[in-house]
Amino acid sequence: MLRIHCPYCGPRDHDEFSYFGDATKTYPPLDAGHRDEWVDAVFIRNNPKGVHTEFWQHTLACRRWLVVQRNTVSHDIVAVIPARERPQS
Amino acid sequence: MSDQSNSGSGGAFRTPGGGRVRRDQPVSFQFQGKTLSGYGGDTVAATLLANGIHLVARSFKYHRPRGIVAAGIEEPNALLTVGEGALSEPNVAATVIELQSGLVTHTQNAWPSVGFDLMAINSLLSPIFVAGFYYKTFKGPSLKAWMFYEHFIRRAAGLGVASQLPDPDRYDWHHGFPDVLVIGSGPAGLSAALGAAQAGADVTLVEQDFELGGSLLSQPVDSTQGHWLAKILADIEATGRVRILTRATAFGLYDGNTVGVIERSAPGVADPAHGVPRQRLHILRAKSLVMACGALERPLVFAGNDRPGVMLSGAVGTYVNRYGVMAGRRAIFGTNNDGAYLDAMALAKAGADVTLADMRPQAAPDLLRLAGGAGVKVKLSTAIVQVRGGHRANACALAPYDVARGTISGGLTEHDVDLVAMSGGWTPTVHLTSHRGIKPVYRAELASFVPGGFDSDHFGAGSMLGTQTLGDAIQSGWNAARQAALVCGKVLELVPPAAPPGRDTPLRFMPVGPIISGKPVDKSFVDFQSDVTVDDIDLAHLEGYQSVEHLKRYTTLGMGTDQGKTSNLNALAIMAAKRGLGVAEVGTTTFRPPYTPATIGALAGRSVRAHLAPVRRTAMHDWHVKNGGVMMEAGYWMRPLWYNTHGANLSQAYRAEMDIVRERVGIADVSTLGKIDVQGPDAAEFLNRVYVNGFAKLAVGKARYGFMLREDGIVMDDGTTSRIGETEFFMTTTTAQAGRVMSHLEFLLQVVWPDLRVTVASVSDQWAAMSVAGPKVREVLKVAFPEVDFSNEAFPFMGVLDVPLTRALAGVNVRIIRLTFSGEMAYEVYAPTHHGQCVWDHLLEHGKPWNLRPYGLEALGSLRIEKGHVVGSEMDGRTTLDDMGMGKMASTVKPFWGDALRRSDHLVRTDRPTLVGLESTGEGASPSNGAILFFADDKISGHGRGHITSTTYSKTLGKAIGLGLLQGGISRVGQEVIAASPVHGRQYRLRVVDPCFLDGEGVRYRG
Repeated sequence: MLRIHCPYCGPRDHDEFSYFGDATKTYPPLDAGHRDEWVDAVFIRNNPKGVHTEFWQHTLACRRWLVVQRNTVSHDIVAVIPARERPQS
Repeated sequence: MSDQSNSGSGGAFRTPGGGRVRRDQPVSFQFQGKTLSGYGGDTVAATLLANGIHLVARSFKYHRPRGIVAAGIEEPNALLTVGEGALSEPNVAATVIELQSGLVTHTQNAWPSVGFDLMAINSLLSPIFVAGFYYKTFKGPSLKAWMFYEHFIRRAAGLGVASQLPDPDRYDWHHGFPDVLVIGSGPAGLSAALGAAQAGADVTLVEQDFELGGSLLSQPVDSTQGHWLAKILADIEATGRVRILTRATAFGLYDGNTVGVIERSAPGVADPAHGVPRQRLHILRAKSLVMACGALERPLVFAGNDRPGVMLSGAVGTYVNRYGVMAGRRAIFGTNNDGAYLDAMALAKAGADVTLADMRPQAAPDLLRLAGGAGVKVKLSTAIVQVRGGHRANACALAPYDVARGTISGGLTEHDVDLVAMSGGWTPTVHLTSHRGIKPVYRAELASFVPGGFDSDHFGAGSMLGTQTLGDAIQSGWNAARQAALVCGKVLELVPPAAPPGRDTPLRFMPVGPIISGKPVDKSFVDFQSDVTVDDIDLAHLEGYQSVEHLKRYTTLGMGTDQGKTSNLNALAIMAAKRGLGVAEVGTTTFRPPYTPATIGALAGRSVRAHLAPVRRTAMHDWHVKNGGVMMEAGYWMRPLWYNTHGANLSQAYRAEMDIVRERVGIADVSTLGKIDVQGPDAAEFLNRVYVNGFAKLAVGKARYGFMLREDGIVMDDGTTSRIGETEFFMTTTTAQAGRVMSHLEFLLQVVWPDLRVTVASVSDQWAAMSVAGPKVREVLKVAFPEVDFSNEAFPFMGVLDVPLTRALAGVNVRIIRLTFSGEMAYEVYAPTHHGQCVWDHLLEHGKPWNLRPYGLEALGSLRIEKGHVVGSEMDGRTTLDDMGMGKMASTVKPFWGDALRRSDHLVRTDRPTLVGLESTGEGASPSNGAILFFADDKISGHGRGHITSTTYSKTLGKAIGLGLLQGGISRVGQEVIAASPVHGRQYRLRVVDPCFLDGEGVRYRG
């Protein structure tokens, strides 16, 4: 059972959350993105052994989207921030 | 067998006094139809031994007679079926079943009985049942070999049989959040629990036994150790900070300091009629963890070491000291360590004739003196070579043993015995750290694997770490408590309780391979439960299976219900010797949860039957049930599929319900639609980006139908969104996608466009909804809602109106949207959920003159097929807007979510199947959903040209119709195609038509 420290609700079991996927990508602007940029944002993924940055939603509680840094080897949760506050690359 | 009597209520082998059993509390139970007596505090195994019964089982493959080996959870042989009928539980170790009045137990895997088992013929076939037997029959000269053996094997090999009946017991879950969780209540665990509690931490202590004390329970009650136990238990209670769970096994250690513990109820407590559970799953999330899991004794490997009456030395000591039971009266102990001395002395003091064969050339002088004083005859440099006796060991051969060479060095002497006890040293219980993926490491000086480390905030203590003495265990428990308390911000400044005085026997041992005389007369077992012998390991090695993981799978070693708790290290030592390596280099297999078998019922808890999944009911649910609604599950929702007032079966009823809508007026409960409130200054802009079509210019008081796409360009959902005010919208989604769309909108707002000033809220449960449809709908609504002008001019198609009702329904506000799903003139009426039923009743009441009737989900679905409206069957997560024939809805003047990738090459290929209507070309049965479509001149094989997504019978058209996805789409209208259903082995000829079967101009609903 992963324990995720929701910045709004505190530590909760992972079954309150929904996994979405890679949070290292940013989407191109709707009106400007070339299709290749969208392909990169939607489909191209790394499969890191170690810390992975990913989207989770606290679906069964505050419904906030979060960016979680999770170690894919040890399952340690390194950091959790609200998705709104993620640095834009 | 002659002394198998019931003399004295506790059994013939009961000592006159001593032990922890409650002699004033006689308990009788059934074993194989025979009534046996024991005492409160006994296990079934203790009572059986007290009554002189050793033979309780037959082995897995060879059906060899087997007896009780151990006194705890590691028992490999003595597996019984407990209880009868629906309550029967197979494969429970007799050594852990607490004695209970009226308990019924049965032996397993023997026919007709363990005393005379016809399947013992397998023993003669043992050259066939060698290592890798299963694999060899699979590979065999042909599959026939396996086909021949399978029936025989499945009958012959096995364990107990699970009940096929529903489990009548109740199970429960509990979530706990202790500061410090201590696993194990031996000296180290008790020391840790006391220390952590005295530091001020909230402690939970879990113990799998029904009594606290661990190894201390195997010492006499009236001894320094026994007194120490009583004292520390009192001290722990005095702290008031320790929650104690007995009969509770920590079966698995998981991420996030989460520990799974299954607690079994005490005998007689479970009471399903009153909701008292038989077992409770505790999911404990501790700040820090102290593991004090102890160590398990290993057998010695010699010929006939599986005979009933051959037991672990520590178990013999436990039966004497804890239960007051002599496992035998003429005993030989074989050992390679000091531990067996105290066990031998305990049995001798109880009155048995005891010889101890110590494989080592010397032992501590004081131990030898103590043993002599107790009447134990010690023979140094001596090993047990073989044991004989069919149903009970009756002869034991000893021989001089050379430790340096690891061989016997002289002739055999045979002794009459009724008990053989063995100690091959102790194996630390490393399972829980293994669950965390931490590989055990071998420590040669302990000849044991110990935990290879601990996760942060986890600590270990006691013999699990390889500590040797009681004093060390107590000190290590205290040290662990100090560290664990510190994790919780508590400081332990006290010193640990002093260890009890008295002779302590270090657990140290020397590893030994099998003890084999020149010519073995019997099998030497390594894994009793899986019937794996030294010969099997030899054979596996010869056949090239050298990795321990391969060895395990090839021989099935360690794969029984006991998971090789007694066999693992002996097997590794034998394999290491074969390969000329050290045990450390050979390594060990991986231990995974559960530590001991876990009941599925406990893991399920209350989530069974009606509680398996949540049930969602609409506001009108009870009305449907009372008025003939045949309910079905749609996701978590319960929806009326049809009403039995309209026909004797589904097929009759839905056609009648379609007529109601097409000819008069009907009402359907559509409360399950997803409903989302979208508000904010940028709400219009937001929806404009979410939907493929424009929403920015939607007028207040108007609704618009729209599609939204996933980021990869595939259709996500469709629905109608109404503009309630300048900054307020009311979105509806399909029932199935409601949750997903909500998360999608939240993602876009929080992650992609955080600058948009919009909030969304799910209001699905706040609104009841009903669709009123049919040519007479306006007549009904005019009477029902005289507040509203339903004329085309005042309330046009796709109009939205919020209406405060008056008269009888004063105070109720409804929202009416004029839109259609059936293709008839229709209005959706939304009412606050708690007013849903009264608005439904109100409409039915005022609809009586037009015979307004309800219609169910089947009719709703069929009506929409006639109109060619798409639902989840068509929007199946693989289809695009163009596939639905809806490409023209996409705006070309504004960007929207999914627009970029919907133009990907693979999504704009011209050979993609697109939406068509299909109708039967004649009478007879029609194909079902999923049938594969082929062109008329195609060969009928492969994936075809598309598939059928929806089918129904159209009474209006008088034929079977359907929707499908077909290459070429509506350009093929008029052509015939073949629908093949490989599952049913049938083919049908269908004609391609426009997907809208009825009223393509929309005359009916525009009015």
